[in-house]
Amino acid sequence: MPFLPFPLYTDVLLWLLIAAVAVYAWYCRRRPHLSAPWKRVFQSRAAVVCAVVVACYVAIGFADSLHYRPRLPAAGSAGAAPVYSIEALSVLDLALSHLRERRERTYSAPLATRLYSKEQMQVDGKTVRDFPRLRYGGAHLEDEADLAGDVAARIGLGLLCAAVLAVGIGLPVRRLRRRNPEVPWQAAGATLLVILAIALPVAFLARHYHVLGTDKVGQDVLYQALKSIRISLVIGTLTTLVLLPVGIALGIMAGYFKGWVDDAIQYLYTTLNSIPGVLLIAAAVLMMQVVIDRNADWFATTAQRADFRLLILCAILGLTSWTGLARLLRGEALKLSQLEYIQAAHAFGVRDARIIGRHILPNVAHIVIIATVMDFSGFVLAEAVLSYVGVGVDPATTSFGTMINAARLEMGREPIVWWSLAAAFAFMFVLVLAANLFADAVRDGFDPRVRMSFVPA
Amino acid sequence: MLAYIVRRMLYAIPILIGVNLITFALFFVVNTPDDMARMQLGTRRVTPEAIEKWKAEQGYDKPLLWNARAAGLAKATDTIFYERSLRLFAFDFGLSDDKRDIANEIRTRMWPSLALALPVMLIGLAVNITFAMFMAFFRATYLDFWGVVLCVAMMSISTLFYIIGGQYVASKLWHLVPISGYDGGFDAAKFLLLPVLIGVIGGIGSGGRWYRTLFLEEMGRDYVRTARAKGLAESVVLFRHVLKNAMIPILTGVVVVIPLLFMGSLLTESFFGIPGLGSYTIDAIQAQDFAVVRSMVFIGSVLYILGLLLTDLSYTLVDPRIKLQ
Repeated sequence: MPFLPFPLYTDVLLWLLIAAVAVYAWYCRRRPHLSAPWKRVFQSRAAVVCAVVVACYVAIGFADSLHYRPRLPAAGSAGAAPVYSIEALSVLDLALSHLRERRERTYSAPLATRLYSKEQMQVDGKTVRDFPRLRYGGAHLEDEADLAGDVAARIGLGLLCAAVLAVGIGLPVRRLRRRNPEVPWQAAGATLLVILAIALPVAFLARHYHVLGTDKVGQDVLYQALKSIRISLVIGTLTTLVLLPVGIALGIMAGYFKGWVDDAIQYLYTTLNSIPGVLLIAAAVLMMQVVIDRNADWFATTAQRADFRLLILCAILGLTSWTGLARLLRGEALKLSQLEYIQAAHAFGVRDARIIGRHILPNVAHIVIIATVMDFSGFVLAEAVLSYVGVGVDPATTSFGTMINAARLEMGREPIVWWSLAAAFAFMFVLVLAANLFADAVRDGFDPRVRMSFVPA
Repeated sequence: MLAYIVRRMLYAIPILIGVNLITFALFFVVNTPDDMARMQLGTRRVTPEAIEKWKAEQGYDKPLLWNARAAGLAKATDTIFYERSLRLFAFDFGLSDDKRDIANEIRTRMWPSLALALPVMLIGLAVNITFAMFMAFFRATYLDFWGVVLCVAMMSISTLFYIIGGQYVASKLWHLVPISGYDGGFDAAKFLLLPVLIGVIGGIGSGGRWYRTLFLEEMGRDYVRTARAKGLAESVVLFRHVLKNAMIPILTGVVVVIPLLFMGSLLTESFFGIPGLGSYTIDAIQAQDFAVVRSMVFIGSVLYILGLLLTDLSYTLVDPRIKLQ
């Protein structure tokens, strides 16, 4: 084989997660009472637009979650066992290999043809100090004066392709509208078109330029930003995966069993809550770092080590933030367990586990779903802050936090190096904004209080 | 009332013991003093003697929980748990890894923290409530809609962006205020202006939206309809009736953080070089000075519990129906 599939822990978990979501969607489809709230969500135009944006991020993130190790060119005889590279690459790396491999020497501005700093050069036998041309960015230009024309031509070509694709989007949108007129398909199509109209020109430009410039070691910032998406998604989703079982189990148990169980669980979450969040996370992450350093032989590659740290970070974040959900569910379970049908189930001698599974859990599902979507954006933002404090992802991993952290140190330069920061903040802002607006729509769709309470205008 | 306070204080003890056990487990059991020494001395070529020397200097060379070699009561007291964890209850924090008195540091550093955090909270509260009232007054109009959109957009921006962007615009481009630093007395104002502003702006998004929800929830109640039926003006309904009744949920969120204001803000302080407890904590985390981190965890939880108690007491002030027994 030319490559060796190399799934990391978080890859596997992300794929399992997608499978779980697919199963849930399939399960909902056949049950009208479960699909009704989702239908309400997807009737809102904002939700559909945000869902398309988030789906684009997710697509990039999942392309980045198929890791493999490329085979090294065989050194010995033909019969020798294949040797695979120590470096784990993803499908996204493969698609963006022109961005990944074209490294400049140091900073360069977006769409620049010359380096950011002056260097000694030999020109016509004389030594001069000037900005050297970039190795790759705009290297195909004979005359740098053509830069504007070339860039404009590439953008035009990209827009033209987007326009052609617009027809391709228009046809299925029309068909979908006829089949399911309640969903605002036009909004979805228009969003997709806008994304294409941005992505395609960028793609055409990226073949010969550094669209968002390069960082200190000369790596393309656009590539870094795209790589960071996966980390954000992992932190936003896997953390919830850790948080949900703990929060649901403890919250429902406290509300349902009451008595000493309730006391114990309340004690547990008051204690955890009373420790300042960042400190608890920092302490736990520092401790795990020691464990990782002590057992360096657990990991074959650096990618595995960084990935393990990411997984641990998710687990720690999850274990320190289940308290809010548990408190909500405790209150709800307390209320539900007083209701007649649960009293009746008790009277019939139904076992506790069955009452919880059949009667309580389905009735708190909407809270769980709302909490899950609402938490996502918070964790994405938290990653950046934690990386700044120094307890975030592995410093070798590219994430929005590490990008901001590295760029922050260069704020004092003149002229200012702004592109790394701007790229990280912009990508993060779009993801978080879309997630927040989508979460709002989900809450409006699921929360019975929002539907029933009518505020007179 | 007094009995209630005393009982709540007693409830706090098991929680603090729990906090203490968690930090003890994290800092000494998962991560042994040997690891700590290795981390402080650097990972390259550390001899066992150097580790032992470091541990002896820091007082980490004792058994964790039970000292079998000591005599009498010292069996329990001459241990790391007693020396490092139990002493926290007497607010005896000991020395940091660079041999400075932690309690003394905390006493001097909490005032700059408070000077930053208190204005942020008060101004932020005023701004958020005003903005939320504005949106609630114009509810179900375009003003309300775009106000909510603005809130969501502002919440979606990373705190780091507000700080870095604010520093760049106000200090580097416009040269309005110094980029970072601190000074005692009234000179502190010029250093605090920008961080306070950034703190307030950073909080508008989530705060404004949260208060708007609270106000709208209150406005769906019967007494509001009665007030309108009496012919009261909408502004009177909002400010006299709704605001007063929304005080309880507002207080729940606000009073609990008042004691924590002493802890300062990690990010703002470290970006602006304000010598408060927040930057102290962040420096300690980055230098892996666990003695300081442990003390801050303990103080943080004490202040949190104090906040919970104050919240309960404040209910009696705003709602005469509530009586604490």
